[in-house]
Amino acid sequence: MSTLKKASCGTMESSDAYMELEPIAAGVQIDLQSVVEHQFGDSIRALAADMLQQEGIDNVSLRIVDRGALECTLRARLETLIARAREAGGANA
Amino acid sequence: MRRSMLFLPGNTPNMILSGDCLGADAIILDLEDAVAPDQKDAARVLVRNAIKYLQFPGVEKIIRINSLDTPYWQKDLDEMVPLKPELIMTPKTSCAADVLEFDAYISALEDKLGFERNTVKLLPLIETALGVENAYAIASASKRVAAIFLGAEDLSADLRCKRTKEGKEILYARGRMVMAARAANVDVYDTPFTDVNDDEGIRVDAEFAKGLGFTGKASISPRHVGVINEVFSPTQKDIDYAYEVMEAIRIGKEQGKGAVSLHGKMIDAPIVARAQQTIDMAVALGLGREEA
Repeated sequence: MSTLKKASCGTMESSDAYMELEPIAAGVQIDLQSVVEHQFGDSIRALAADMLQQEGIDNVSLRIVDRGALECTLRARLETLIARAREAGGANA
Repeated sequence: MRRSMLFLPGNTPNMILSGDCLGADAIILDLEDAVAPDQKDAARVLVRNAIKYLQFPGVEKIIRINSLDTPYWQKDLDEMVPLKPELIMTPKTSCAADVLEFDAYISALEDKLGFERNTVKLLPLIETALGVENAYAIASASKRVAAIFLGAEDLSADLRCKRTKEGKEILYARGRMVMAARAANVDVYDTPFTDVNDDEGIRVDAEFAKGLGFTGKASISPRHVGVINEVFSPTQKDIDYAYEVMEAIRIGKEQGKGAVSLHGKMIDAPIVARAQQTIDMAVALGLGREEA
């Protein structure tokens, strides 16, 4: 597994999500704040956990501030976040 | 049919997600000027996912990638070509060689993906003085070029003149673009009218562009889309006249007449061609008649 660095992506605008990923000693911690927590909180956490697992990523803390993002947006932000976390030095273009 | 094209910033979900309900015939998902350099990666993924999952039914997808003088354009094409967008807009296209460079890269991607060559079409954005002077060469550089597009903001900066609502400073460029596009048998699209609060100004500007021969016009605001669609659609009077022309031609042929007139005016080949274009567009808009 590649070394991960702290990374962030997304925005706090409506229909978007802001995310931060940071390496931790052990396990996967997902902290979600969502305007649709009641209806979709569990499915957003499951989506994030699933994507991290598919990418073989563990020992991370993931913070998500969701402003009502659709699934395609959440997936896009997670993909970008993981790519940035993997990139040495944080170059992201 | 593309009367209106609406620019949407590539890294702004709340605007992209409503792309198919804003009334535009096409949306331009922008990876270039609307996206900060440190967000290019995020925009590419967001646009890719939006197209893949939402598909935007009934709306053409155009992607504005970054220009050849940036480190981004190849990554943009790597991500976007597999999605088969209707058009890829290439900014700051200034000569045929620019088109051919994009063309070669896309051809290699198409081969790799198993797509037929020229599946992905180009919409060169001409926004420099050199580009305007080379408009015909750009429009005819490759079979991949489906249309050309005038970008007046960058052009005005290149011309070292002020961009005005009246647009006198781009009159030559507009005329040159239309001439080049029609000579190359491709479509041609006009620059956006940038004062989003001027409802009368957009109508005047769109009517002027249509009068010059533009196929359609872009917008940076959903507010302008309705007016652009209206201006670039045939009126009922246009449609009625077009059907009258075709009927007069039909009757003339039946009667073996060499020359046909309607309302006291001769109907010649260009009038028939324009009538057919009007009918084709009316049919596409659902305004045509059964007997057409």
